[in-house]
Amino acid sequence: MSTKNYTDKKLSIDKLQLIANDIRQDIVKSLEKAGSGHSAGPLGLSDIFAALYFDILKHDPSDPKWEERDILLLSNGHCVPVQYAAMAHSGYFPVAELATLRKYKSRLQGHPEREKLPGLENTSGPLGCGLSQAAGMALAMQMNKDSHRWVYVVMGDGELNEGNIWEAAMFTAKYKLHNVIGIVDRNNIQIDGTTEHVMPLEDLRAKWEAFGWHVIEIDGNDIESVIDACAMARAIVEKPIVIIAHTIPGKGVDYMEYDYHWHGTPVGLADVAGAPPKNEQAKVALKELRTLRGKIKNESNHE
Amino acid sequence: MSNLHLLEMKDWGSEPIRKGFGRGLVKAGEANDQIVALCADLTDSTQIGPFAEKFPERFVEVGVAEQNLVTVASGMAAMGKIPFTASYAAFSPGRNWEQIRTTICLNNRPVKIVGAHAGLYTGLDGATHQILEDVALMRVLPNMVVIVPGDSVEAEKATIALAQDKRPGYIRLARDNSAVMTTADTPFEIGRAYVFSPGQDITIIANGTMTSVALEAAEKLFHDGIDAEIIHCPTVKPLDAATILTSVKKTKCVITIEEGQITGGLGGAVTELLSEQLPVPVIRMGVKDVFGQTGTPAELLEYYGLTAKHVAIQAHHIVNK
Repeated sequence: MSTKNYTDKKLSIDKLQLIANDIRQDIVKSLEKAGSGHSAGPLGLSDIFAALYFDILKHDPSDPKWEERDILLLSNGHCVPVQYAAMAHSGYFPVAELATLRKYKSRLQGHPEREKLPGLENTSGPLGCGLSQAAGMALAMQMNKDSHRWVYVVMGDGELNEGNIWEAAMFTAKYKLHNVIGIVDRNNIQIDGTTEHVMPLEDLRAKWEAFGWHVIEIDGNDIESVIDACAMARAIVEKPIVIIAHTIPGKGVDYMEYDYHWHGTPVGLADVAGAPPKNEQAKVALKELRTLRGKIKNESNHE
Repeated sequence: MSNLHLLEMKDWGSEPIRKGFGRGLVKAGEANDQIVALCADLTDSTQIGPFAEKFPERFVEVGVAEQNLVTVASGMAAMGKIPFTASYAAFSPGRNWEQIRTTICLNNRPVKIVGAHAGLYTGLDGATHQILEDVALMRVLPNMVVIVPGDSVEAEKATIALAQDKRPGYIRLARDNSAVMTTADTPFEIGRAYVFSPGQDITIIANGTMTSVALEAAEKLFHDGIDAEIIHCPTVKPLDAATILTSVKKTKCVITIEEGQITGGLGGAVTELLSEQLPVPVIRMGVKDVFGQTGTPAELLEYYGLTAKHVAIQAHHIVNK
């Protein structure tokens, strides 16, 4: 199925929510098969990635190098399971290939590698480098008088500990690169604990504003808000724009939500306090997701 | 060798190597409007200034932020630009190695890292700025081309060649005046080493400011009855194995000399090659696992044993073994 369908004919919010839910199920399945990887961030980002790939981005999965495409950079590369799932569902590669995540010879490397998989725009994993690459791309686009494209860059909140981010924040504001749209996944967790415990970020909005950015704050698990915020961001031309997207880490899987222990842990690897036994974790998560916690009947046919 | 169009030693000039980079970048910019230059608050001293004056719309000032310097450049390269990033080598690639590794080498973007004020020729600034490890840092990275020009004239050609090359690249520049041995007609190709002075008894392999030292040593040695072959090896990676092996098959002993640590740089590259393919006695000359210090280049070269006199002593030692 071509995503031109998704991008040209806008999908309803209900349909986008179902896509986000499919993405979540594939994250859980692929991480369980991989036996390693990050759970909480990708699940929390699923609504944003459904919105990006199925509504916001101008792109063509059948032509990943299309010269008019928007650029999406994932700066926090460890969250790539959500990007792989969104790419597969939008037609970049078969959904079945998601089962090869983190496997030997797979195109779906543990962290994203541009040269391995068509459709990836950068190689990331070491944190803090995405915003400056986005700024470089946006500056080159302005030099090329290429004015109808945007560079979206998704950053983690823990990632904002990196100095490189703030070097890039100054730079992007200096050159008024309004074609950069930053999206910060404000899920309040990082590996060692909550962000405010590990290295306090607040007042985060004031920080970005002081650096010369226009800030939009949204509920990042509300697909309509994500779409609206990006539309507003594209209308602002005086400054670069950052969307602080408040998300729930582990969103959609009750035992994972808000718990930083799931930042870097896949389902099925270990028994975790407050969660089902390890060999039950995937089953419980998938059951919850398939039925949207009992709100709907089982939509999908897969096991 | 006559076809290399080298100057006679009595006619050698003197100019900082970085000046040649400055001229080369302007020429590269004239030839290709996709060339862009980025600088981290060191426009004049890195010699990126002439490009910035001539092409202000293609010049990007990132401030004192070397991590941002190379990652912004990676992004610009993704959009078809050929970025040259300039700072002191102590800071770039000294401070931003991981960004170069991930966003330029693994990501395979043709960014050119210009490391100015490298080595002992940085002189009075002292050990903090006299980086001696930059060649080793860059040489271990897959996809990266590493060039240490021998003089300002060659630096100009190397800059133009890097602008045409599709790979990531590193070019090392020295600050103070050093000898000019080559001419506009002297050949330069990325990946080639050149026999600057043919001989039979020993192969001396050098680059950067040390090539002129090696040539001076050859003259001294000739009077002592030792016929040294001098190989100028500006490209440390990819190494010109054929030229080196051809020479060493004949001479059967080697000295490497570089203005940096003896581990991981030119001496490292040559000994890795020889130990696998043609094991012979080798002496690596350079700085030996210590830092630099404040002093004039002449004082420092004397202290660290990197003059023609020191090379001659080592050559006698290895030839008479």
